[in-house]
Amino acid sequence: MRYSALKILAEGLTGNRGWKPVWRTPEPKAEYDVVIVGGGGHGLATAYYLAKEFGITNVAVLEKGWLGSGNIGRNTTIIRSNYLLEGNQPFYELSLKLWEGLEQDFNYNAMVSQRGVLNLAHSDAQRDAYARRGNAMILSGADAVLLDRAGVRKLAPFLDFENGRFPIQGGLWQPRGGTVRHDAVAWGFARGADSRGVDIIQNCEVTGFTMQGGACLGVETSRGAIRAKQVAVCVAGSSSRVMGLAGMRLPIESHVLQAFVSEGLKPVIPGVITFGAGHFYISQSDKGGLVFGGDIDGYNTYAQRGNLPVVEDVCEGGMAVMPMIGRARLLRMWGGVMDMSMDGSPFIDRTGIEGLYFNGGWCYGGFKATPASGFCYAHLLATGGPHDTAAAYRLDRFRRGAPIDEKGAGAQPNLH
Amino acid sequence: MIIDHPLLGPRDAAEFTVLGDAALIHRPDGMAEGAEAAFHDYVYLRDNPAGLHRELWYHEQGDRSWLVVTRNTLTHEITEVALARDVARAEGRSR
Ligand SMILES: Cc1cc2nc3c(=O)[nH]c(=O)nc-3n(C[C@H](O)[C@H](O)[C@H](O)COP(=O)(O)OP(=O)(O)OC[C@H]3O[C@@H](n4cnc5c(N)ncnc54)[C@H](O)[C@@H]3O)c2cc1C
Repeated sequence: MRYSALKILAEGLTGNRGWKPVWRTPEPKAEYDVVIVGGGGHGLATAYYLAKEFGITNVAVLEKGWLGSGNIGRNTTIIRSNYLLEGNQPFYELSLKLWEGLEQDFNYNAMVSQRGVLNLAHSDAQRDAYARRGNAMILSGADAVLLDRAGVRKLAPFLDFENGRFPIQGGLWQPRGGTVRHDAVAWGFARGADSRGVDIIQNCEVTGFTMQGGACLGVETSRGAIRAKQVAVCVAGSSSRVMGLAGMRLPIESHVLQAFVSEGLKPVIPGVITFGAGHFYISQSDKGGLVFGGDIDGYNTYAQRGNLPVVEDVCEGGMAVMPMIGRARLLRMWGGVMDMSMDGSPFIDRTGIEGLYFNGGWCYGGFKATPASGFCYAHLLATGGPHDTAAAYRLDRFRRGAPIDEKGAGAQPNLH
Repeated sequence: MIIDHPLLGPRDAAEFTVLGDAALIHRPDGMAEGAEAAFHDYVYLRDNPAGLHRELWYHEQGDRSWLVVTRNTLTHEITEVALARDVARAEGRSR
């Protein structure tokens, strides 16, 4: 079924009786060409592009819970392509371009809203670093505007410009950045994949891999064994656990990131604003809630909840940069478990085991990557080689001395 | 989380910074055969278990001692805390 304004009108006039479930609920088959493990944003996007771009439709997506139960439904919905390094920036710019055409492409309203992303600068050194980053962005075909104090003031007059510790000196602005409704992304990709024949199987946990002679022939699941020519894992915060079932140790630790939303307010925050010096970032949802967050908690965890010291730290950061939000009441807070990698960058790669592929290590930045991650993973599965923009995301890059470390923090996941 | 410091008693985890897996105590011998591969695994690969995890915590806002904290990564429950120095010695390190 194609969605359109006409369809809404017709359904409205006939009692809304013609709407169908957005995807089917099939039983798993005994064998597929490709089995994708993990029905988050990346798994669903991979299935969608496999079917749409490469014509591979004998595909199943196995999800242990329900679609949207992982980080795709927990993130703060920010999209941007404001990276510095060559291994990253072209990939994230591809992703932003895919976001720009996504809703027409998969015929689903994902509320892609390019309201701009502003990173605040508080010192000459930080402004220099942003000038360099902006140039790297422009070289990759992205947009970037270096703002002085007056420019920032025009966008966000309510910031505390005279903050004693971190006075605002300027900022780096990416007008094409913004937010997207996260769960609609999962649903849109799911619908697009399903309608092209992909089986989306919820409540189906992968509990092991079927191995023979060093090759992976399929998966064992809570709903029986399923054979596959290719097994493509993308389970976000559970990567170490799942790849551990195949005997692999990864350059990854699992960490929790918390997020917060306030009561609904009239529009006050124009786009996304990040205050890196104080570990705080914020945007405002279409419903009016202030959506904000800060740093990861910093210790290994698989509990989808964090602790109070970080809550306090995030709120202090918010009060420091925009004191006006102090009287807004918090409605909800939650946490999501993410793969934190050794250089803060992800992996899209084959493994040493034939037939087994891995996509993970997305840290706190994998939502914006969703379309490009799916596109590049599908490219790898279908063609056997990496997509140009994802060629650096190899598992052996540490061994080769080629980490992609945006922050220059070294092999310390909780600092990325 | 409250960490029961062996010398100072119960302290708020916010006083500490975390380094990660306590296996980092066992730095490979750089002169040994196969040191390069051993160092790759030591620096970059982690077990990252769901369940009990022994990890190094540093009492930065306190007495600046290193602790080995045994913590459940599914529940955040802390079951054992020891001075890293004692653990390292007991596991055969000279200091
Ligand atoms: C609080 C928070 C805020 C964030 N904010 C942003 C942001 O603003 N911008 C941004 O770009 N990124 C952000 N991120 C990061 C982003 O959400 C993730 O990097 C991204 O969603 C991960 O990919 P995914 O959607 O495929 O993950 P998920 O949705 O977590 O998908 C993985 C799926 O695998 C399933 N699974 C696990 N184990 C198994 C198994 N054994 N068998 C079957 N299925 C299994 C899980 O149930 C899960 O549904 C944020 C993350 C968090 C937690």
